[in-house]
Amino acid sequence: MTKRPIHFYQVGSFAVGNRLLSDGDRTVQSDAARTNSIDSGHRACQGCGEALGARYALDAAMRATRNRVVAVNATGCLEVFSTPYPETSWHIPWLHSLFGNAPAVATGVAAALRVKGRDDVRVISQAGDGGTVDIGFGTLSGMFERNDDVLFICYDNEGYMNTGVQRSAATPPAARTATTEVVGPQPGNTFGQGKDLPRIAMAHDVAYVATATVADLHDLEAKVERAMSFRGARYLHILVPCPLGWGSASNETIHVARLAKETGLFPVFEAEYGVVTSVSKIRRLTPVQEYLMLQRRFAHLFGKNPRPDIVTHLQEMANRNIERYGLLEDEVARPRHARTEVQV
Amino acid sequence: MLEQIEGSRAVAETVALCRPEVVCAYPISPQTHIIEAVGAMVKEGRLSPCEFINVESEFAAMSVAIGASATGARSYTATASQGLLFMIEAVYNAAGLGLPIVMTLANRAIGAPINIWNDHSDAMAVRDSGWVQLFAETNQEAADLHVQAFRLAEELSVPVMVCMDGFILTHAVEGVDLLEQSTVDSFLPPYDPRQVLDVQNPVSIGAMVGPEAFEEVRYLAHLRQLEALERIPSIADAFEDLTGRRSGGLIHSYRTEDATTIVVAMGSVLGTIKDAVDIRREAGEAIGVVGITSFRPFPSAAVRAALEHAEQVVVLEKAFSIGHGGILATDVAMALRGTDCEIHEVVAGLGGRPITRQSLEGLFYRVGRGELDSLLFLDLDADVVNREVERMRASRHSGPSAENVLRDLGEPRVGQVS
Repeated sequence: MTKRPIHFYQVGSFAVGNRLLSDGDRTVQSDAARTNSIDSGHRACQGCGEALGARYALDAAMRATRNRVVAVNATGCLEVFSTPYPETSWHIPWLHSLFGNAPAVATGVAAALRVKGRDDVRVISQAGDGGTVDIGFGTLSGMFERNDDVLFICYDNEGYMNTGVQRSAATPPAARTATTEVVGPQPGNTFGQGKDLPRIAMAHDVAYVATATVADLHDLEAKVERAMSFRGARYLHILVPCPLGWGSASNETIHVARLAKETGLFPVFEAEYGVVTSVSKIRRLTPVQEYLMLQRRFAHLFGKNPRPDIVTHLQEMANRNIERYGLLEDEVARPRHARTEVQV
Repeated sequence: MLEQIEGSRAVAETVALCRPEVVCAYPISPQTHIIEAVGAMVKEGRLSPCEFINVESEFAAMSVAIGASATGARSYTATASQGLLFMIEAVYNAAGLGLPIVMTLANRAIGAPINIWNDHSDAMAVRDSGWVQLFAETNQEAADLHVQAFRLAEELSVPVMVCMDGFILTHAVEGVDLLEQSTVDSFLPPYDPRQVLDVQNPVSIGAMVGPEAFEEVRYLAHLRQLEALERIPSIADAFEDLTGRRSGGLIHSYRTEDATTIVVAMGSVLGTIKDAVDIRREAGEAIGVVGITSFRPFPSAAVRAALEHAEQVVVLEKAFSIGHGGILATDVAMALRGTDCEIHEVVAGLGGRPITRQSLEGLFYRVGRGELDSLLFLDLDADVVNREVERMRASRHSGPSAENVLRDLGEPRVGQVS
């Protein structure tokens, strides 16, 4: 994968318009012949980040494998909204078993394909953050440890949105959920808890671990393609804003996802065999407040009784990420004249 | 070829003859010898192509089997007791998805208190899951049932559990006639799945089903079990034609023709019961035995036909529904609705408590004299129970019962030689 700087003058978004690129450099999504692995007509909410993430990731995987993908799905929003009785949105072979076993079911699919001599068919297992960091954690760790030939994708919307917005071990501190109420001296979710799954995945020494957001389509697709170039266990963690659970405007999903990265709260990087190999630098360093204020789950930090102390605490978390992954360019934040890189 | 081998080895060798393509396992006593042996055969290359996967839990074991079976591979696993309970969500799921997985259940008690020995509590915990449950009486039958199980499972697209008593069968060394590969191959055609994950013909499996169709889907699962009631005897017949051996089927009757008392049971205890029945027969008692091989589907019509002429039916089972009584007895009572049979529920052999011929003889003697309660716990030590009941009455803080009972049993008593 090479990176080529693209110069253009689109303010604010950092997105590379496909019309500025040659055909070969354009995204899978811009291709009219994309597979639409998950097709329209599903019942996701307006502005659903997970529906976007799944479509981006699976269509890219389909292109990378020449349309030979089997998907295993954990219980959750993606499963529910994609298969409303009596319909299905899936144009790929798709299996849903349970909430906590998608990695192990995928192991079984991969084993059967190996026995059948179908190494050309690749397996993707997917779940929300609950199915990944909480109830599916044991089976995921087992799949990693055995190095089964599965790409596991976590669509992280930072909570149990399907059941009505409850806390998961991926819910950020201070966030309001239905089980981390905005009451008491420490409103919202507790600080000092939660699991950092990408780093846990790296500790298993799997071939490839990457994070991405739905705000950077080129980056996400490139990571899926890269992931499909390896055999063995791989992990892709995609941040997917949830307008319902986060209390963000449905037309702000991409913006919110971008700010998660630009604040440093969600580090975007990739790692091979446990070692970080690249990071997506922050283009315009943004205070966490800008990100938080777009989401009602953090509204209690601002309003009538603001909690600047908690905002500071969250800023410190972002700062630690920036330091840990080296997220700042030497030449940070040159606003207006945007420059971006596209991976081709 | 007749061999003197351990029950687990006989099962492992027979499973291997069935050419499983994916075997996944997590160790739990008393199932371990089975999966160790299959694992070694895969590693040696005797079973090729076959993937043997060491998983991190029983929940993963059944989940791997689900994924493999849905991808068209013949899938096998084995478990027991706590392991079955740990995978129970996936056990139901496999049946709901209609995946023909075969699993050996090395029957073992369920804790607490933790206990590794045999009873049937584990199998009873999943009796409503949609799996076919076949109970083996001997190691020969345990081995043979696996061949029949794969055929039944794949014909009907239902998962089948072969239940064999932990330790009593799994660890017992006795003569078993192992089948030839060519015999098994002629009996068991390659797995031709009804549904499969295929990139050429993509389907969605495991979609959400609401009130519009859920009852129909469940009823179809019931219909498949009813069909199994037809297929189980005919598969056993076909097996007998091929091997000359009578294994499987719905029920086995022994000396029931003129019996006024019939004992009903499942699993290895049937051998001891037959011995006791022979002795009671010599004493002039008209007593016989019906062994249930197919517990799910429950062969109500066959059970009724075998029992309805009896005056007394004794259902002896190695499990019970706490707060209610016999589980098998309840099913037998339902099968005998409208008849005059008197039904006695006997709970025996819990947590590996030996069921001796002497105990059974005494039991049958009391049945003959009309002295039996409707629910009896065989060889229950009433003194131990009463002393713990008194301790609990005497103090709110009497502590854990299991440990109290153990301490009680360990203490010397007046009149006891220490």
